Amino acid sequence: MTGRSAKPVPLTGANAASEAMRQINPDVVAAYPITPQTEIVMGFSNFVNDGVVDTEFVPVESEHSAMSACVGASAAGARAMTATSANGLALMWEIVYIAASTRLPIVMPVVNRALSGPINIHCDHSDSMGARDSGWIQIYCENAQEVYDNIIAAVRIAEHSDVLLPVMVMQDGFITSHSLERVLVNEDSKVREFIGTYKPEYPLLDTDNPVTYGPLDLFDYYFEHKRQQSEALKNVPGVAEKIYAEYEKASGRKYNRVETYRMDDAEHVIIALNSTVGTAKDVIDSKRDQGIRAGLVFPRMFRPFPAEELSGLLSGRKSAAVLDRSEAFSGQGGPLFAEIRSALYESDDKPLVMNYIYGLGGREITEEHIGSVIDTLKDTASSGKVKEKINYLGVR
Amino acid sequence: MAVNLKELRNIPERLGPGHRLCAGCGAPLVAKMVMMGTDSPLVVTNATGCLEVATTIYPYTAWKTPWMHNAFENSAATIAGIESAYQSLKKQGKIDKDVKFLAFGGDGGTYDIGLQALSGALERGHDFVYVCYNNEAYMNTGIQRSGATQRGASTTTSPAGEAVPGKRVFPKDLTEIVAAHNIPYAAQGSISNWKDLVSKAQKAFDVKGPAFLNVFSPCPPGLKHATEKSVEVAKLMVDCKAWPLYEVEDGKHRITYTPRKVRPVSDWIKMQGRFRHLQKEENKGIIDDIQKRIDANWSRLEKLQEATSD
Repeated sequence: MTGRSAKPVPLTGANAASEAMRQINPDVVAAYPITPQTEIVMGFSNFVNDGVVDTEFVPVESEHSAMSACVGASAAGARAMTATSANGLALMWEIVYIAASTRLPIVMPVVNRALSGPINIHCDHSDSMGARDSGWIQIYCENAQEVYDNIIAAVRIAEHSDVLLPVMVMQDGFITSHSLERVLVNEDSKVREFIGTYKPEYPLLDTDNPVTYGPLDLFDYYFEHKRQQSEALKNVPGVAEKIYAEYEKASGRKYNRVETYRMDDAEHVIIALNSTVGTAKDVIDSKRDQGIRAGLVFPRMFRPFPAEELSGLLSGRKSAAVLDRSEAFSGQGGPLFAEIRSALYESDDKPLVMNYIYGLGGREITEEHIGSVIDTLKDTASSGKVKEKINYLGVR
Repeated sequence: MAVNLKELRNIPERLGPGHRLCAGCGAPLVAKMVMMGTDSPLVVTNATGCLEVATTIYPYTAWKTPWMHNAFENSAATIAGIESAYQSLKKQGKIDKDVKFLAFGGDGGTYDIGLQALSGALERGHDFVYVCYNNEAYMNTGIQRSGATQRGASTTTSPAGEAVPGKRVFPKDLTEIVAAHNIPYAAQGSISNWKDLVSKAQKAFDVKGPAFLNVFSPCPPGLKHATEKSVEVAKLMVDCKAWPLYEVEDGKHRITYTPRKVRPVSDWIKMQGRFRHLQKEENKGIIDDIQKRIDANWSRLEKLQEATSD
């Protein structure tokens, strides 16, 4: 899996996910169709019925059963995957938490879509942001290439013995999932070599050594188990960096928990997730041409939250705008904004920080929108005062 | 394998003693009798409920066989995932032994909240046995009415009140709903008729594909009968035909036990405190309604048996 042997192929974000799944060749995939995730499952179903994977495909009757079957399969000792969007993720909610607390390394591509209601099929991040505290690792992706690479890396991060936690890998509904891009795909054998064979520690199918999963856990042990779960999440940054470094060696493509763009001397910073990162990079280039020192931070790994890294990156800058593609209804802005403000609390030299909630229900975000944010950041820095803490970008 | 005590004692005991189920509880009897139906390695899932909470309080477990509790409504989906993992690993040559798969759920976890997951797993044809230990209410949460609760029964959410005398409606016929999935085997059993139940469990494990057992499981605090009367309550329910013992094998209905001396349902009702209010003059019509329903159901089963026999 070197950069040289990888071949470029035209893939949508959804197909990049199913291609990664084909190469991972999970023992079990249990999934239920929901727009815009459907393309992933349809693509994968073809691999199953063409006999190119060993996977048992379980076409369940709901997302609740999809996650339930993944939990069963993973505890049985299988590598298990599913994929979902929006209401599907909401329906599997209960079991999303159980998957994490049972420490099962399930990998789930999530195609971000606005959560009902009102019902809407287009992109925002209300679905995965709602699941941000479920105990899953969350990885966000700018484009199809990142989706492909991060799903493969996620298998290793999830299954690492210091982690053993499930991972969601996000991409923007339609914007990424249905757009055709040039994606470098690694050789099958190299992917299999990279992910290796899954060696479960306590599989249910080891019937000679019976184990009990999911017992009633009351006030005398529950707390300790939650504490251990939190400890496992703390191990994620170190493990992720190691796996990303291995992946870079194998593929030539480098990933970080926090990505940056033109941050060296940046005074005004945009913070965003997923496909908006790409749009923002272009705007930053043109603002730079106008002499504005703009830069971008993309906290790819939102869970566990890279608070220290972000605080380090943002301290000393003049102003920062957090773009949230979901409304948290907290009265304190979007979820990314709240986390970043909290991360900056100890900083002696924090920037002026503003929140922009944008793109709900698939509302387009344009270069002009982001340009206006950067202009406001510059004005805010000059005036030394945040005019409006929480703003809505592109709303009528 | 013959169903006799000499043979059955060779079956490994998968549910050990020392669990915390109530004295007189039918659930461990159901579990033990059903698991006597196979001597193969067995993986079990359990819906949230009495059988789960009372056998596995961490750090203890009464299970000597691989066992998993996931949530309330997904025992069938969880066993489906485990069975799929097995099929996949077997296909890949990573596992070679024959393993059987068994899911438990109470009536709440099966008739109500778990019905969708059960239906999906049956339709997809996973090779597993699903057992509903049916005590006719949500006993674990404090005796609330379920879709399996008998008409007229007083529960904490269908109390015998001044205006409404217990549960207004009849239970759904889950065994027939399951049989309508055209699975290889579905049956009703009772702990009072252990030979009948164990032989049904053997058939259920032997068939390829999904099998279902609906087993009446008395609950002294829920049905409000004396602790030592559990088997008697189960027996009387069968003998008054309120719980027909029958099976549906490849679409063929067969009544497996016909009581020699049929008792009126009022005898069974009298044994249980949940029906105490039905003894009042103004509520006696409910007992008549239940009796009529029982008679009609039995004659329907007889007709089905005749219509589907060779």
